Amino acid sequence: MTAPISARTGTTMMRRKVRKSSDRPWTFYVLASFFALYVIALYGPMISIYILSFQDVQGGLVFPMRGVSLYWFNELIMQTRAGDVSGAFSRSMYLAVSVTVITVVVSFMAGMAFRRRFRGDTIVFYLMIASLVAPGLVLGIGIGLGFNMLGIETSWYTSALGAQLSWTLPFGILVMFAVMSRLNNDWEEAARDLGASRAQTIILVILPILAPGLIAVALFGFTLSYDEFARTLQTAGPLNTLPLEIWSMTLNVTSPSLYALGTVSTVVSFIIIGVSLGSIVMLQRRSAARLNNAK
Amino acid sequence: MKLSRNMTGWLNVTPLLAVLVPFFIVPILVVSVASVMQTDGYGGMFMDFTLGKYLDVATSALTYNLYFATIKFALLTLVFSAFIGFWVAYFLVFHVRSKLIAMGLFLVCTVPFWTSNIIRMISWIPLLGKEGLVNQALLGAGLIHQPLEFLLYSSFAVVVAYVHQLTIFMIVPIFNSMARIDKRVIEAALDAGAGRWDIMRMIVIPMSKSGIALGAIFVVSIVMGDFFVVKVMSGGGTASVVGAFYEDISVLQYPTAAASAVILTIIVMLMVAVILRVVDIRREITL
Repeated sequence: MTAPISARTGTTMMRRKVRKSSDRPWTFYVLASFFALYVIALYGPMISIYILSFQDVQGGLVFPMRGVSLYWFNELIMQTRAGDVSGAFSRSMYLAVSVTVITVVVSFMAGMAFRRRFRGDTIVFYLMIASLVAPGLVLGIGIGLGFNMLGIETSWYTSALGAQLSWTLPFGILVMFAVMSRLNNDWEEAARDLGASRAQTIILVILPILAPGLIAVALFGFTLSYDEFARTLQTAGPLNTLPLEIWSMTLNVTSPSLYALGTVSTVVSFIIIGVSLGSIVMLQRRSAARLNNAK
Repeated sequence: MKLSRNMTGWLNVTPLLAVLVPFFIVPILVVSVASVMQTDGYGGMFMDFTLGKYLDVATSALTYNLYFATIKFALLTLVFSAFIGFWVAYFLVFHVRSKLIAMGLFLVCTVPFWTSNIIRMISWIPLLGKEGLVNQALLGAGLIHQPLEFLLYSSFAVVVAYVHQLTIFMIVPIFNSMARIDKRVIEAALDAGAGRWDIMRMIVIPMSKSGIALGAIFVVSIVMGDFFVVKVMSGGGTASVVGAFYEDISVLQYPTAAASAVILTIIVMLMVAVILRVVDIRREITL
């Protein structure tokens, strides 16, 4: 108990060194199993519907698998039982791309604004948080009624676009905050000292540094829009987006074509995720390589 | 041209406001106005100021049942997702030694977030159903003799689906706040003779509190505003606050729906405000 501090640190360091090379504490194994169970519970159900979507015509909603075929995917495209799936899909794509572009630009600008304090910034900030947490269907109803009062038809590319932005923008800006917290003010000042104009500083210094973060914002914008339901329900007008189509299918369709739609929709999500993460990694590699060359 | 700092700030948030004003502030105002109007019974409304709809909603026993059910789901989801999120984040931050592997495992946790929630929810059907995998396995193992009915189309299924969807909202902020804990603080505590539990109680939990609060904001606001999961996973047996006013809309009772919507929005905002007292969210994410 009365051992000098240096001696005690010495023994702890040794103890830790020993531990590092051989055994791990028992808590590691408990938590590792817990983590593994979580991942299984996270992916297991999704994988089961992907498998079940490849059944043949006698297939049902539960295991065991009945035959293997692409019957239910074909069914989906032929629209015999389901509604207008391919139309809904392309609308969702257009909408998600528009939402992504607007979210990236607006989040970037707002992120730049919030780097410095300005009068009234707290109000804007809490307004944004309020828009994020407000119940989606309430906003949807409000927008629907508002358009109604003004005598404008609701449609997926006007009212639904705005409704989705009220949710993707706060989200994108929160991600932007996390990205910008790593932006060093010195770089900007260095650029200004070297005679760069404001526009040059943004285009040549800030944007390249933030590029991976902006891709992350784009990924959020796209996937949140592609999956949005509550805010879109009352604002999409006469034509459905994909989540609305899936929703009506969950209520009416009791065949594996619902699962087939799940598989297709997830494949699209995985492509988007893969492309985004891939380009983030590529950008970071490139800047690391450039840094090495400069040395 | 040299712009003042206030001017540049406001110019940069102008596009944001150009969305939030027409698609957040105005709709909330429209709903508030609609809640004091009268319906003609055919989907039309006319102005005749009345707080009657609020009185109807506030004096109906159904309202209290709905809020009780919805808040119960929110709290259960909050407890389970915070528990799972805390330990998953803890494992990633403190037990995985390689940074690259930690990031990889973190991505494994986040990828499903970018896929459809609806699809992830219905994917429980082949598992939890009466003839689902769980029942098949339990029957096969001889643990039960009759399929368990409570697994699907029940409150249990609703909570499972919520936790499945929303735990990610806990993992990410808790992971962030834990990653910011200086490892040297923990070593110092170890050297000073602190036990596992002391470190947990005096360092890790207090320093992850803001992450938990941030996650709680998402979980509470999403569950309170949801009706989809409840509708599908409870098999129609359980109603929710939002589900109830969605029904009102489908029978064109706009003012009643609007009054419930205003009350719900106020309650959700109050809940979020309570959580915000625990954490200064702005400082938390901008630092």
